[in-house]
Amino acid sequence: MPEAVAVADRATSQTSPTSPDRATLLEIYRRTVLINRTDERFRQLLMTGKLQIVYYPVRGQEVLSAAMMTALKPDDYLVTTYRGVHDQLAKGIPSKLLWAECAGRSTGTCKGKGGPMHITHPETGVMVTTGVVGSGLPIANGLALASQNRGDGKVTVVSFGDGATNIGAFHEAMNMAQLWKLPVIFLCQNNLFGEHTAYAAHTSVPSIVDRAASYGMKGVKTDGNDPVAMYETAKAAVDRARAGEGPTLIEAMTFRMLGHLFGADFSYVPKELTEAGIANDPVPRFRNRLLEMQVTESELAALEAKVEAEIDEAVEFALASPFPDVSELRIDVVKQELAA
Amino acid sequence: MSTQDQTMTAPAPAPAKVAKISFVEGLHMALDEAMGADENVIALGEDVGDAQGGGVFKITKGLSTKYGVNRVRATPISEQAIIGAAVGAALVGMRPVAEIMLMNFVTVAMDQIVNHAAKLRFMSGGQTHVPLVIRTTTGVGVGFGGQHSDMLEAWFAHVPGLKVVMASNPADAYGLLHSAIEDDDPVILIENILCYGIQGPAPTPGYRVPLGKAAITREGTDVSIISYGKAVLDALAVAERLAAEGVSVEVVDLRTIAPFDEATVLASVGKTGRAVIVHEAVKAYGTGAEMSSRIHEELFGQLHAPVQRVGGTYSPVPFSPALEKAWIHSQDQITAAVRRTLDWKKPR
Ligand SMILES: Cc1ncc(C[n+]2csc(CCOP(=O)(O)OP(=O)(O)O)c2C)c(N)n1
Repeated sequence: MPEAVAVADRATSQTSPTSPDRATLLEIYRRTVLINRTDERFRQLLMTGKLQIVYYPVRGQEVLSAAMMTALKPDDYLVTTYRGVHDQLAKGIPSKLLWAECAGRSTGTCKGKGGPMHITHPETGVMVTTGVVGSGLPIANGLALASQNRGDGKVTVVSFGDGATNIGAFHEAMNMAQLWKLPVIFLCQNNLFGEHTAYAAHTSVPSIVDRAASYGMKGVKTDGNDPVAMYETAKAAVDRARAGEGPTLIEAMTFRMLGHLFGADFSYVPKELTEAGIANDPVPRFRNRLLEMQVTESELAALEAKVEAEIDEAVEFALASPFPDVSELRIDVVKQELAA
Repeated sequence: MSTQDQTMTAPAPAPAKVAKISFVEGLHMALDEAMGADENVIALGEDVGDAQGGGVFKITKGLSTKYGVNRVRATPISEQAIIGAAVGAALVGMRPVAEIMLMNFVTVAMDQIVNHAAKLRFMSGGQTHVPLVIRTTTGVGVGFGGQHSDMLEAWFAHVPGLKVVMASNPADAYGLLHSAIEDDDPVILIENILCYGIQGPAPTPGYRVPLGKAAITREGTDVSIISYGKAVLDALAVAERLAAEGVSVEVVDLRTIAPFDEATVLASVGKTGRAVIVHEAVKAYGTGAEMSSRIHEELFGQLHAPVQRVGGTYSPVPFSPALEKAWIHSQDQITAAVRRTLDWKKPR
């Protein structure tokens, strides 16, 4: 059974200084729905052949990302991975630009030259998306180092999976960040699998967060599927980083409800785990919770309709956009071509 | 075609009392001046702070005292984290100069260099770029053996997005490092340990060596020797030796290995009709192969002889002094290669 399921829902009536208020919760929900529907739409288009890309589903991981990014300011930095659509949307990349980039169009964030695994959009703080497991952590340190030197008050978040914590770069980066008290947050999205390998078969400690202690770093394990718990954890880490108190390792427990990539085998996941994960689906659970908090059905439906319209428009825009001109091959390799 | 101008020529032959500096001083001066001029320039690497002795080779000596330990960061032994931090800082407009203590240790940081520094400008569609300098040192002849002596420039020259430079004298070291720091793309500056003590004419302040431009270090008419780094000194010695026999050798110091100054090289070889390429790195699959191929592609009909290459032996760098000396190119080998081009008889 995933630990995320075992962690009980926390009451929204809690009043810690980091608790989300009603407007914040609704904003987290909006981002959750945007991620959820976008992910669904990607899979639809892939299924019908309208889009042919390698896609890493984020189904099941919507809430943790929405809550984390809502705790940030728009100009804070984010470094994420190939499984990053949730992070990128939550951080604010406009749907149209994201869709166009994923479809390889010239109107995309990166003129179609990055693609789904390499999304960059500095305007919303998305500085790097990397396809190399674990390599974002050292880069996040550098972004945070720049903020520290400049005193610009920005915080950097770097997302990665549980599998990534076994890469050397994770350990080098954790040590360096704590040594230099960098304003960086290491966000481990523990979805219990690294590709096809289950957590216990790839990691020597019961919890990723245990590893923070090796670096003298603050580590917090939280239920990433609980918007309140996740937001509180995220906000506390952001506040610490902004106050110059250094990095935090967050282990956000979640569950990847689909295969490693779209269309991939999923049979290696024990049936009970999948069933528990589905029963614990964070998106309807969040919705019900809002209804219990006297948010009205029509308020939520309006919000959801708006999100759907945004995605409709984005998909249409992306598919109608032209592919980049072949001349783009030689552009942006370096600032200017020096010699052939 | 003359490709020489003020900035491109090697420092003029020293007049009677010209100030001299060492290679180390040239690098130090450039870094110091760049840090003084722009607070976005930061240095990071193992032992680079004054508390750690100012760097293993003293290039950064005094800088952490002058600019503070935030700008001159002595790092843990974490090559991936060093280059990664430099990449991240560069993405938001800083100009990090990262030191990798010895070139073999770039192997540890290859992901950051090849997958990130080199590609982020392209993959982001030009939204971000990485104005990063990686300084690293290496060299055959120090007795370091297999894991501390490799010249790995061909690896980096093969990756689009990276610039690779190597100086042969103190003024160029100064001018190239300045240009590398001012460049908006990642640059790898390779320093030969055996060059550090070399004395040469001091550069005038503001002296720059543009990236991508070679220098004609010695003019000649019979054969061109194309080289870079410490091997240029061997090329010059051979040119001197052959001049006594009436052979006129032109020496081209590439200074930037990638992108290589094809125009200058082709102009020189077009004039002499003969080319010998000399580098310290293993000859097989080296940068000489690329240059040789380009010369053949462009000048096939004009060549008086096939292009010759001289480089390191296809084996790990050995420890024993006797073997190490045999591993690296010798002036005799270069001389022999020049003679081969002079004596070449076209097969009929
Ligand atoms: C350095 C490296 N090794 C292997 C891979 C292939 N790979 C891609 S994703 C993945 C699993 C990563 O799992 P995890 O870090 O838990 O992230 P998740 O996909 O679950 O979000 C692997 C092995 C890679 N991209 N990079």
